[in-house]
Amino acid sequence: MHVEEKLTAETFPASPEKATLEGKNKFIGFWTFLGGETVMFASLFATFLALRDKTANGPTAEELFKMPLVFVATMLLLTSSLTSVYAMYHMKNFDFKKMQLWLGVTVLLGAGFLGLEIFEFNEYVHEGFKFSTSAFSSSFYTLVGTHGAHVTFGLLWILTLMIRNAKRGLNLYNAPKFYVASLYWHFIDVVWVFIFTVVYLMGMVG
Amino acid sequence: MKKWLLNWRLFSLFSVMALLLAGCGKPFLSTLQPAGEVAHMQYSLMLLSTAIMVLVIIVVTIIFVYVVIRFRQRKGEEKKIPKQVEGSHKLEIIWTVIPILLLIILAVPTVSATFKLADVKPMNKEKRDKNTVVVNVRANLYWWEFEYPDYGIITSQDLVVPTNQRVYFNLKSSDVKHSFWIPAVGGKMDTNTENKNQFWLEFDQKAADKAGGIFYGKCAELCGPSHALMDFKVKALPRKEFDQWVEKMKHAKPVVTDPVAKQGEEIFNKSCIGCHAVTPVDKRPEQARTAPNLANFGDRERIAGILDHTEANLKKWLKDPNSVKPGNKMAGTYGNLTDEQINALTKYLMSLKVE
Amino acid sequence: MSTLARKKGVGAVIWDYLTTVDHKKIAILYLIAGGIFFLAGGVEALLIRIQLAVPNNDFVVGGLYNQILTMHGTTMIFLAAMPLVFAMMNAVVPIQIGARDVAFPFLNALGFWLFFFGGVFLNCSWFLGGAPDAGWTSYASLSLESPGHGIDFYVLGLQISGFGTLIGGINFLVTIVTMRAPGMTYMRMPLFTWTTFVASALILFAFPPLTVGLILMMMDRLFGGNFFDPAAGGNTIIWEHLFWIFGHPEVYILVLPAFGIFSEIFATFSKKRLFGYSSMVFATVLIGFLGFMVWAHHMFTAGLGPVANAIFAVATMAIAVPTGIKIFNWLFTMWGGNIRFTTPMLYAVAFIPSFVMGGVTGVMNAAAAADYQYHDSYFVVAHFHYVIVGGVVFGLLAGAHYWWPKMFGKMLSEKLGKVTFWLFFIGFHLTFFIQHFLGLMGMPRRVFTYLPGQGWETGNLISTIGAFFMATATVVLLINIVVTTVKGKKADADAWGDGRTLEWAVASPPPEYNFAQTPLVRGLDAYWIEKMEGRKGLTPAEPLGDIHMPNPSILPFIISLGLFIAAFGFMYHKQHSWSLFVGIAGLLITLGSMFLRSVIDDHGFHIHKEEILEAENKGVKA
Repeated sequence: MHVEEKLTAETFPASPEKATLEGKNKFIGFWTFLGGETVMFASLFATFLALRDKTANGPTAEELFKMPLVFVATMLLLTSSLTSVYAMYHMKNFDFKKMQLWLGVTVLLGAGFLGLEIFEFNEYVHEGFKFSTSAFSSSFYTLVGTHGAHVTFGLLWILTLMIRNAKRGLNLYNAPKFYVASLYWHFIDVVWVFIFTVVYLMGMVG
Repeated sequence: MKKWLLNWRLFSLFSVMALLLAGCGKPFLSTLQPAGEVAHMQYSLMLLSTAIMVLVIIVVTIIFVYVVIRFRQRKGEEKKIPKQVEGSHKLEIIWTVIPILLLIILAVPTVSATFKLADVKPMNKEKRDKNTVVVNVRANLYWWEFEYPDYGIITSQDLVVPTNQRVYFNLKSSDVKHSFWIPAVGGKMDTNTENKNQFWLEFDQKAADKAGGIFYGKCAELCGPSHALMDFKVKALPRKEFDQWVEKMKHAKPVVTDPVAKQGEEIFNKSCIGCHAVTPVDKRPEQARTAPNLANFGDRERIAGILDHTEANLKKWLKDPNSVKPGNKMAGTYGNLTDEQINALTKYLMSLKVE
Repeated sequence: MSTLARKKGVGAVIWDYLTTVDHKKIAILYLIAGGIFFLAGGVEALLIRIQLAVPNNDFVVGGLYNQILTMHGTTMIFLAAMPLVFAMMNAVVPIQIGARDVAFPFLNALGFWLFFFGGVFLNCSWFLGGAPDAGWTSYASLSLESPGHGIDFYVLGLQISGFGTLIGGINFLVTIVTMRAPGMTYMRMPLFTWTTFVASALILFAFPPLTVGLILMMMDRLFGGNFFDPAAGGNTIIWEHLFWIFGHPEVYILVLPAFGIFSEIFATFSKKRLFGYSSMVFATVLIGFLGFMVWAHHMFTAGLGPVANAIFAVATMAIAVPTGIKIFNWLFTMWGGNIRFTTPMLYAVAFIPSFVMGGVTGVMNAAAAADYQYHDSYFVVAHFHYVIVGGVVFGLLAGAHYWWPKMFGKMLSEKLGKVTFWLFFIGFHLTFFIQHFLGLMGMPRRVFTYLPGQGWETGNLISTIGAFFMATATVVLLINIVVTTVKGKKADADAWGDGRTLEWAVASPPPEYNFAQTPLVRGLDAYWIEKMEGRKGLTPAEPLGDIHMPNPSILPFIISLGLFIAAFGFMYHKQHSWSLFVGIAGLLITLGSMFLRSVIDDHGFHIHKEEILEAENKGVKA
């Protein structure tokens, strides 16, 4: 199939993200990229695990973390992953409006998560847990902050796509872009599950 | 029969190699003239691996030379197309299995030696045996401190050890990473900034005699501008003499009689004593010991670890340390000294002896 | 838009290269940039050898020597060997698999410009207060102690060029997965393509740990982090782990493509198919896999304990097995062949004994207990130069001579090529063989001088003489390039007459679209098969039609430039508060260009059938 073809709900392929060569390249390329990202986060996790009890007279994880806040943030992000699945479902059905709607919800939830994270970091800093407080604090902010940067980038990306394509609807040129962005969003979500477990749950248990 | 032949071949290969390699380097510095249990263990591992590897090289070379000569293009054959061979399972299995066998032959002694060299149980016993000698090595930017925790004494730059017994080391660094290496006596171990490494060495009396009683020590990890100059010396003494040295060190105090040296002592006490101690019993914590202990400076092998032990060299060092060891921490800490002051200091420092 | 046969001025040519997304032109960019950095690294090497020629020398002393030494290693690995490998990959791999282009032409250009600006940034350090001086490994305690901005240049420069490499790796992975011509199954891919594939996978998994390590070091040096400061609970061993989890696979990233180049050359000039093709593929994959299991053998003396040391020792030894398989397969490729000793073949033949030397000393190093003696001594210096020069540099020189006619359409002079080879070969062994013994005689590596009377004088002098042989060889190579560029013989499509793979079926240099018709691949050594059956060209897999091509773009250049500016901004933010805004501005340039790339549709353009026919006919006549 060709990128610039005009399509209808009937002629739209079942896997629009892989229907063109460009799309297929993007699809495979992005999966490989996520492989590299996985190794990057694995390295950050390993560093964090090596340094998490090196608090050097600064606050410890038990003193710091507050379950309710983190739990709400986690729920927001998990839900946003689900809503992006809805968006992709509608994309495959060539329902552009509903796709945009669910992407919008995803962005809102993601922004909520990001807001909570900024609030959380701000609290910590006020409690004397700065980036340069201890090896633990440096590794905490670097790991969670890198994830936060990914969330921010993901939000900007999805928003850009939504606005750019708002007037022209779905085609085989932009379908892979939407798909890949949602893949990225899922990846961010999976990383957060690990952060929630390794950083927060293990931190609070001690 | 065959095994005997193989053994004989290996043996002759070994002896030829040992002969060849023994010609290499100086007895006080070369890993090829092992001067202790550790170095011997490593040397035999070197010989074994070299033997196996030479075998591999010989096989490859024979095939290589044959192929390159036999199958080169001859005049008039430019158009000849040779048979396109896909491969040969038999050959491929041979050159997979034989290397595996050779590697197993090497792997077994490697693993065993690795564990033997890491055996530091005697130094970590609740109550150490009286004969066990432990040295705390602390590496600093371009100088070494050697503390004998069981005797309560500290020295620098010249490590003194008893021969023919295992000596145990605690290794650490107080600034950047260094690595503690006495090539003739055994392999190195890093001095890290965050933890204490432990290992042991043994100094052979006969080899020490051959080396003139002194082994050369090196820093083996890039540590800054003067990494190349971060040498130390090892005096290996029979146990008895070592014990005598320890006794002398325990009670050593500077005794100054010469009037010029007395002057030097005054300058020293004003400008140098903040960092340098002049008695081997230095109770300050290690963070305060920011410069080499000078209690037995007069007995040293070298000035600043590298220059010959002469008054002229000491003056040169005191006058402009950076010209001797770029980037050292002493330069600029004691103001400008006049030639007279330097002469006095030199006299004083050279008088600091325990022997 | 007519794209073929345009007349161009100098400005237009420069603009063309700044905006190109054509893999063949990007290959040339990589070759030129990598070549220049190779010369810089070579000059640094000469300075090192001059300083060490005699004891107590004061040519370059202390801190300055450490800067030269650091930049020599860093430049050679990251800025010379890597891009030159990428030059070969870009020039050859797409054509070898019968593709018109790579999967991501835009990203391909971006990868190059990121590497380029990272390299330029790193070398700016020479003029802005001093180069990095903690060795190419930049171990944490020393690199935190290092004054000035040298290490910051290292951290930020490598970060930028590292992104470029990662992007390049992903590009080749996807290209090889999706862009193969009909009939080009995995087990029909030429070995150079295979090694590119595995090396790209290694890049994908090895560079992120380096990225993380560099981030941590950047945090510590510039933003008050505590990762490596023991006083605040940090741990410098983390850097060693991260660096070597990257650093060891890096060796295979470099040497596997070199293996691929040699495999092509052995087959071509023996006029025989590669012996044991499938075991070669298997060995390549296995080496790639094992390459990730052995990093801690660089840390045998760090105090990891006997269990870790023993495990990593045995794992390291295991790599010798697949490498041995390869050596014997190459020997038996030549066995029974009709060997033509061209310049590339000379390098390939010389590679075998040279690399075997490096390999066996590698196994010796793997024996942990004995490595306590070798580690950080000149023995190790000798070992890795045997592997990297004897393997990678020989491979790159061989590849450059072999594919030069394909890339530039002119043959290099064989006479001068052979002079280069012999000078380089002799110089190489003269320089590095003796260093094994220097190490065993107790000489630590990275020393800026040594005292007389330790038995090291002769060895060091010999080594320095050898270095000058290699320098002379390089000069001859440059002369060769200049002379043949001016009045070289025009190369045929099948420039060596014995080509086996697809790149030899297209014109030299190939047209922009590579193949007028995508070929049908009917087996290993696709072009050889056609030739043996008496055909002139390839069997096409499609009728002649319009060809879709990607648009050129200046954005890759600007994205990279933005990061280059940002790096300066963040580096000086402690001295000048306004500098932080420069950093943010740089990032905005980058993000803004990415935004533009995202919102501006880019559908490429078509070269029409008539234009192709015209060009093909002209090609046949000429």
